[in-house]
Amino acid sequence: MLVGPMVDPRTLPEDRSEAGFGDFKPALGPAQALAEANRCLYCADAPCVQKCPTGIDIPEFIRKISTGNLKGSARTILDANIFGMSCARVCPVEVLCVGGCVYNEMDAPPIAIGRLQRYATDAALAGDWRYFEAGPDSGRSVGLVGGGPASLAAAHELRRRGHACTIYDAGRWLGGLNTTGVAPYKLRADDALAEVAYVLGIGGIAVESGVQVGRDVTWDALLARHDALFIGVGLGADRTLDVPGKELAGIDGAVAFIEKFKLGRVDLAGVQRAVVVGGGNTAVDAVRELVGLGVPEVTMLYRGDEAAMSGYEHEWKAAKVEGVRALWHTQPTAYLDRGGRVAGLRCVKLGADKRPLPGEVFEVPAELVLLAIGQARLGELVAGLAGVQLEGGRLVVDADGATGHPRVFAGGDCANGGKEVVNAVAEGKRAALAIDRALTTGASK
Amino acid sequence: MAFGTSVDLTSNTGGIVTPNPFWLASAPPANSGAQIMRAFDAGWGGAVWKTLGTPIQNVSSRFGALHFKGTRAIGFNNIELITDRPLEVNFREIAEVKKRYPKHGVIVSLMVETRDEWRDIIKRAIDAGADGLELNFGCPHGMCERGMGSAVGQEPALNETITSWAVEFSTVPVLVKLTPNVDEINPHGLAAKRGGAHGVSLINTIKSLIGVDIDRFVPEPRVASLSTNGGYCGAAVKPIAMHMIGCLARDPDFGLPISGIGGVANWRDAVEFILLGCSSVQVCTEVMLRGYRVVGDMIEGLTEYMRSHGFSTIEEMRGKAVPQFSEWGELDLNYETVAKIDPAKCIGCHACVVACHDGAHQCIHPAPKEAGTRVPVVDESECVGCNLCQIVCPVPDCITMAAVDNGFKPATWNEFVSEGKPLRPKKGAH
Repeated sequence: MLVGPMVDPRTLPEDRSEAGFGDFKPALGPAQALAEANRCLYCADAPCVQKCPTGIDIPEFIRKISTGNLKGSARTILDANIFGMSCARVCPVEVLCVGGCVYNEMDAPPIAIGRLQRYATDAALAGDWRYFEAGPDSGRSVGLVGGGPASLAAAHELRRRGHACTIYDAGRWLGGLNTTGVAPYKLRADDALAEVAYVLGIGGIAVESGVQVGRDVTWDALLARHDALFIGVGLGADRTLDVPGKELAGIDGAVAFIEKFKLGRVDLAGVQRAVVVGGGNTAVDAVRELVGLGVPEVTMLYRGDEAAMSGYEHEWKAAKVEGVRALWHTQPTAYLDRGGRVAGLRCVKLGADKRPLPGEVFEVPAELVLLAIGQARLGELVAGLAGVQLEGGRLVVDADGATGHPRVFAGGDCANGGKEVVNAVAEGKRAALAIDRALTTGASK
Repeated sequence: MAFGTSVDLTSNTGGIVTPNPFWLASAPPANSGAQIMRAFDAGWGGAVWKTLGTPIQNVSSRFGALHFKGTRAIGFNNIELITDRPLEVNFREIAEVKKRYPKHGVIVSLMVETRDEWRDIIKRAIDAGADGLELNFGCPHGMCERGMGSAVGQEPALNETITSWAVEFSTVPVLVKLTPNVDEINPHGLAAKRGGAHGVSLINTIKSLIGVDIDRFVPEPRVASLSTNGGYCGAAVKPIAMHMIGCLARDPDFGLPISGIGGVANWRDAVEFILLGCSSVQVCTEVMLRGYRVVGDMIEGLTEYMRSHGFSTIEEMRGKAVPQFSEWGELDLNYETVAKIDPAKCIGCHACVVACHDGAHQCIHPAPKEAGTRVPVVDESECVGCNLCQIVCPVPDCITMAAVDNGFKPATWNEFVSEGKPLRPKKGAH
């Protein structure tokens, strides 16, 4: 079911650069899935479930694969997490469910939970198996600002409870970072859009894309239009490095660059060497993606060391296997200019105290520099919403996603500062349940 | 490896002597001379030739299996009948096998109807070189509808009569193959003994319906639009076989040699069968599933077992477990065990917790949150010692059942009834 061009994979350019990527973790075939499912010990109070932010009943969905109840398996997953298909691909399962598998305790290979979840949810999406219906019309309406997983998960949950939903998204395509930011060897934009279409398939979720609150519509107008609001706007633009040469061509924010090659084509002709500045997961994604895009020499440049980097160990290990090298304790002090294009970075070595070591200055040649040193927070966006508080640019929410404004809730990266898709889904769903409680216990506009 | 005890695997079953106790059962793996010679090359000590009689016509689709959680064919089912090959071909091949493998045992399974037919086929089998005969009174499908197989095995008088004919006509040992499709096995073993049999072999297959095609609504194996009952065998039938073998082995009126059949898939199974009184074991399903090569591990495993337990011959270990196969009324009601979980081995799966809560006596609990561990806690005051937790635990030796000294002297139900011996207070009975 296609709701509109904002979720139609056919509206994506066919020659976009991400199309050349294969799956890092390939799909399981039926025989593989059965063998893996049969290994599961079907734990009670299972640690894998406790590690899942959305609390998917993992032993149950795996057992259903093993008995041949594939439709039931996908139902178990999607009932807990309507983004079960993308989470199966993009979750850092090594530190979540798979990290909790009791097989780790006996030094045996843990169950490939992500790949089994993909097996079931791929089938559900391919077969358009539908499990959830909109609840009877409650007469209430919720506006959701931002069209990423948090808002979409919230909207789906709200529809199950009969509340009308309208999503306001500033971009052209829905799905947030699932569509624009996930490494293509995990999830491609067309699959992300197909999943969004599946989520919207519950019906009754209006979408207004290309709408930016503040510019195109005011918060007051939204509050007047809806009984409650959910804010799931994610993070802002990549932070830049304020050093000489920052205006040169060949310098880009990592998130912006990733979006460019996922949704379109990037030209890397002449790029022999690329440097990614940063040590977080965006940096690690970016270096692996540059390798995949064919850049011969890719370097991650980080001011700390391997132990201090916030990128996942398993991802960095994979990057190293793929040929990425790192420069630790290194800080750029200037871009090198060759006729208006970046030619590299002048750097200084940092001591253990993170202070520059005198005399330890060197140059790192690069024809492309990506900055993965964090993203701006969208605090200014909510200016004018009475009671909504910010802390370090994040929206302050309680465990239910409630802000200081009685009718405004929030979740996802704009509230948690930038976590996983599965966290956004969990927070969106929790907020939806809180909104439902607020709307059905008499709170009104 | 220490070569301590020298081990002799020679097996003697009612006068049928083979280099080791591992025989192919009368079944598809023992269908032809070429197969049996390959089996002997692989190490099998004997083979019971697939049952000879008037050659039959088989259905095409004839096997079915019970698969469980990824393990193929833990149980197996067949509706194949006796040999479909001309008798003269079978006898020619028997002679050839015996010529080339004089020290291996070739036992010929037979199934015919009349006294004259028995006389004729026994003479031809012995002329071909059979070391022994096995009377197929067990087949529970097809042949029994024609008055043979289990139709004989289920009637002690008929069993005794036909056995006596065979013994009369035979110059080699006669084994009677018994059917498990009876209430108690003992009357049937005793009938064979009265008929003069030199030994028995059991169990033949168990009447079964292995599955139903849930889309076509036809049981399996499907033959066109119908199916029929088959004979069940394979690993899953081993407990039934061992029970019947044990019942005969401990019967003081019986005393005949036993060739054990039913779910023997490895050396450990063979050890159990021998400890329950068998002189030899017969294998079919495991060979059908994995080939003759499985015998190498069987021989090696049995040899190592005997060496480590100080047995130098099969006869020394045979029947060692029989005296301990008793009746419920003789069990010590004051013997008490409780579950102990080894925290170093526990992986925290809580399989024991859910099994105990839903299937036993609700005495194994998750550790309190503040304990910071997933190793469950056993409330020993409530633990009845049922073994369920140990059975479901996926980690070897993680849960042990430890004996408890409760201060009570041993007392059986029989002793309680007859002498009023004191019994410990019941546990978990509230």
